[in-house]
Amino acid sequence: MQHVTRPGSGRAGSPGGGGGGMFTAGAESLLHQAREIQDEELQKFCSRVAKLLQKDDPGPDAADALQRLFLIVSATKYKRRLEKTCVDLLQTTLCSPKCPEQLQLLCAAILRERSPSDDLSLSCDHVQSSQQLSLVASVLLAQGDRKEEVRSVGQRAFRVLESRQPEGPSLRHLLPVVSKVTRLAPHSLHEDQTSLLSKRLVDWLRYASIQQGVPHASGGFFSTPRARQPGPVTEVDGAVATDFFTVLSTGQHFTEDQWLNVQAFSMLRAWLLASSPQGPSAPDSDDKSELEGSTLSVLSATSTASHLLPPQERLREKAFEYCQRLVEQSTRRALRKGDADLQKACLVEAVLVLDVLCRQDPSFLYRTLSCLKALHTRLCGDPARARALLPIAQFFLRHGEAAAVDSEAIFQHLFTRVPCELFHSPTLAFEFVRFCGDSLPLFGRNLDILKQSFPNLFKLLAWNSPPLTSEFVELLPWLVDPGTAVEMLHALLDLPCLTAALDLQLRLSPAASERPLWDISLRNPSCLEASRDPQFQALLQHLLRAKASGTVEKLVPLHQLLQPMASCARVVQCAEAVPTLLQAFFTAVTQFADGVLANQLALLLLERYDSLYQVPQYEARVHRVLSSQFLALCALHPSLVVELAKELLEFVGSVSSVHSRGAMLASVAWAIGEYLSVSWDRRCTVEQINRFFEALEALLFELTQSRPSAALPECPPQVIAVLVTTLTKLASRSQDLIPRVSLFLSKMRTLAQSPALSSMHREEGAAAVRTRATELLTLLKMPSVAQFVFTPSAELSEPRYHRDANTALPLALRTVSRLVEKEMGLLPG
Amino acid sequence: MVHAFLIHTLRAPQAQDTGLCRVLYSCVFGAENSLDDPRPRGAERDRLLRKEQILAVARQVDSMCRLQQQASGRTPMDLQPQSSDEPVPLHEAPLGAFRLAAGDPFQEPRTVVWLGVLSLGFALVLDAHENLLLAEGTLRLLARLLLDHLRLLTPSTNLLLRADRIEGILARFLPHGQLLFLNDQFVQGLEKEFSAAWPR
Repeated sequence: MQHVTRPGSGRAGSPGGGGGGMFTAGAESLLHQAREIQDEELQKFCSRVAKLLQKDDPGPDAADALQRLFLIVSATKYKRRLEKTCVDLLQTTLCSPKCPEQLQLLCAAILRERSPSDDLSLSCDHVQSSQQLSLVASVLLAQGDRKEEVRSVGQRAFRVLESRQPEGPSLRHLLPVVSKVTRLAPHSLHEDQTSLLSKRLVDWLRYASIQQGVPHASGGFFSTPRARQPGPVTEVDGAVATDFFTVLSTGQHFTEDQWLNVQAFSMLRAWLLASSPQGPSAPDSDDKSELEGSTLSVLSATSTASHLLPPQERLREKAFEYCQRLVEQSTRRALRKGDADLQKACLVEAVLVLDVLCRQDPSFLYRTLSCLKALHTRLCGDPARARALLPIAQFFLRHGEAAAVDSEAIFQHLFTRVPCELFHSPTLAFEFVRFCGDSLPLFGRNLDILKQSFPNLFKLLAWNSPPLTSEFVELLPWLVDPGTAVEMLHALLDLPCLTAALDLQLRLSPAASERPLWDISLRNPSCLEASRDPQFQALLQHLLRAKASGTVEKLVPLHQLLQPMASCARVVQCAEAVPTLLQAFFTAVTQFADGVLANQLALLLLERYDSLYQVPQYEARVHRVLSSQFLALCALHPSLVVELAKELLEFVGSVSSVHSRGAMLASVAWAIGEYLSVSWDRRCTVEQINRFFEALEALLFELTQSRPSAALPECPPQVIAVLVTTLTKLASRSQDLIPRVSLFLSKMRTLAQSPALSSMHREEGAAAVRTRATELLTLLKMPSVAQFVFTPSAELSEPRYHRDANTALPLALRTVSRLVEKEMGLLPG
Repeated sequence: MVHAFLIHTLRAPQAQDTGLCRVLYSCVFGAENSLDDPRPRGAERDRLLRKEQILAVARQVDSMCRLQQQASGRTPMDLQPQSSDEPVPLHEAPLGAFRLAAGDPFQEPRTVVWLGVLSLGFALVLDAHENLLLAEGTLRLLARLLLDHLRLLTPSTNLLLRADRIEGILARFLPHGQLLFLNDQFVQGLEKEFSAAWPR
């Protein structure tokens, strides 16, 4: 068994190890020990570590002990108390110049893992070597800037940078520190420091050696340094480099300035943003820069460039050349896969940097435009590099107007082609949706293209629902408008069906060699062949459309065709996301829906209620949302009930499907009871009320009289209670109906007691129906009170009805409850 | 820049309850500023918060990875090479990205890129507008290096007691969380330098 503080253990095979599980039972036990180690044992272990570190030449034992100490400190989220001598020694070892890298890294890691901590005495003030500074900085920057550590690390890093020692410590280790400091505290650098680094960056970016480096003499038998002249650097395709060195230049060995070239380009974009006057300003010249900023922006936004310090301006110029060279270099056919991947990443970065340059200095705009237009044309035919299309589109969104170019074609291509070709790439899908979200303020008049493309965007969602659902919840309010709302609601309800269709499409596509991740556990689904049928082809094409079509197709045949795929994990995952998306959709749509749209959506809810793709659990979840949203729409536009009277009557009349329609039926019946009244809509007539009454009465009769059968699930008591209540409400508005409903209610009271019905519902359900019937019956005995209770006037929402105890409402409530209670008390048993 | 790098366990997709998702290694590159907390033991609470943040990321990666694997009908073992000499086909390993809104769990909005290799998850927590394509490449590179140099596929070796190698790899290929544009030759050069310091 391994032991966490015992040397030597943990190297041999662990007892639980083996197989493919790389995290073995042995490791699990080690982790547990590290967490549960007692204070006493830890202190003993600390003294051992201290002893080992004090040796002149701490060997492998010290390294082993430090690994264990790291594990003990990092394995728990609670503070570990380490002996002070031990902590001090960790810091001295870290700063000792002749200590081996392995030990230094471990000391730094342990101190970093303990951070933030109050007992740290580490400081970077006297560190000379850049490598050392890098290590110390990793600890100090982890402190959370409680004592301005970030600033002091930054200042020290610049001191080292300023001390020009041509053969001195390599700056390679320094630049990432500077980069991190700039990121954490952009205000901590002085103006002259900013200029200095910009100057050096120019040198490294543009004037790195174009000869290969000399291999480090390793002292081996065959190594004969200086025997061979190093050749020139080459391009990724093996050709001799024709221009200056970039990250896409290659060779056998690299010189120091070539390493710095890589570092410089890697931090370039962040540095340009941080060092620009629009960005963070130097803290020591606050007044000046503020003045400059304000007057300049009033005078002219474009003239800022001429007022810049030359180094920044120069850096922009060189950055521009660098990016142009990268764009040119990315046309070369890379010999190695790693370089081909790097080309793609470089293209993205180059476009992003160009965007920053044009934002900071519009005079770059014209040069950049021609470069990017050519690049765009080239990329359109190359799906492997589609990722760079996103920053290009962003560029044209930001600068298209200023440059007076018509960039519509670029967005059209992006939105129509990319999602349907590459929806199966999880990271592209993520980035695409992020692009849409981030660029919303920039779209302006191009927002229509985005809105019209929602069917294509939904493909990304349908295929990658787990990471993208929350993104779409934020995006939906921007996508939906009165013109697309109906089509979009259909599309949302059909989202799992779209997932299945996309899967089918991938399986049918000839370019399936790339192996996108469809479900391989489902081999050759039977629907594969059937889908070639022209009847289905048309429907599939509609479902897989790229843009909003303005039409709605009944997809029921497609639901049946794709049924074999409904149990695929991906389809099920998508189905799980739909209720959340529907909620987001309705939240957005109710912000602007007028009566006409509310009517359309309400009808759509009724129609789609029992026409959904049959995915396990899907119907039940969606039904809950649809029925509650139906009520919300009615609350928004009460006239809806009168205007859709015909359709609602039809819905109520279709008794056959009442069992699957329970929740919706309850919502519809409740809405009728609430809003079918002259007080909501003057067009409401007594005939209408009577017609609804009769339809609901017939339905309720059917429900309560039907024999329970094994084939039909029972009708929920909530539905019966709502129906009874609605009938009573209607009767209170058309008082001729009161005798009928009273008769019915008293029948209900006895019926609910009869074994026939109470076996149908659970006992408490039947009891609730009984109570409700009794209450309603009591209220109906006083028609004027009943009307007041069941059809309260809209004024009731005014505060005075609730504040003043002598006004009608509290008085009425008290009267009613007294009435009801009295009557209930008289009831037998 | 990268805010944090972590390695954690992935639970088996089929089994319902096979232990917890454990963070095996994590490195935060420069902490977010500590909140002004006048209460005593602020440092301790701060550290607790950071650890919880990392665990929150690990859990999300775990479930994202599981969902992606279920959706593609693959098991993590499909990746398992026949012998430990063969490289793991990392380009087929599940990979994805998701966003973390500001305040949940980090102060700033972040993007997470993750890679699932057998039972291990590797993840980079990025600044919101980082070059995602470069981050993906870097993550694959780091995973490949860690698998090779820590010999993670050999059951007897233990990642938990090899923090020095992980630190050594990160210090070279992701210094202070800086994503680097490294072409193939640069990668080889750095790898040689690393191998010289840590012979396999």
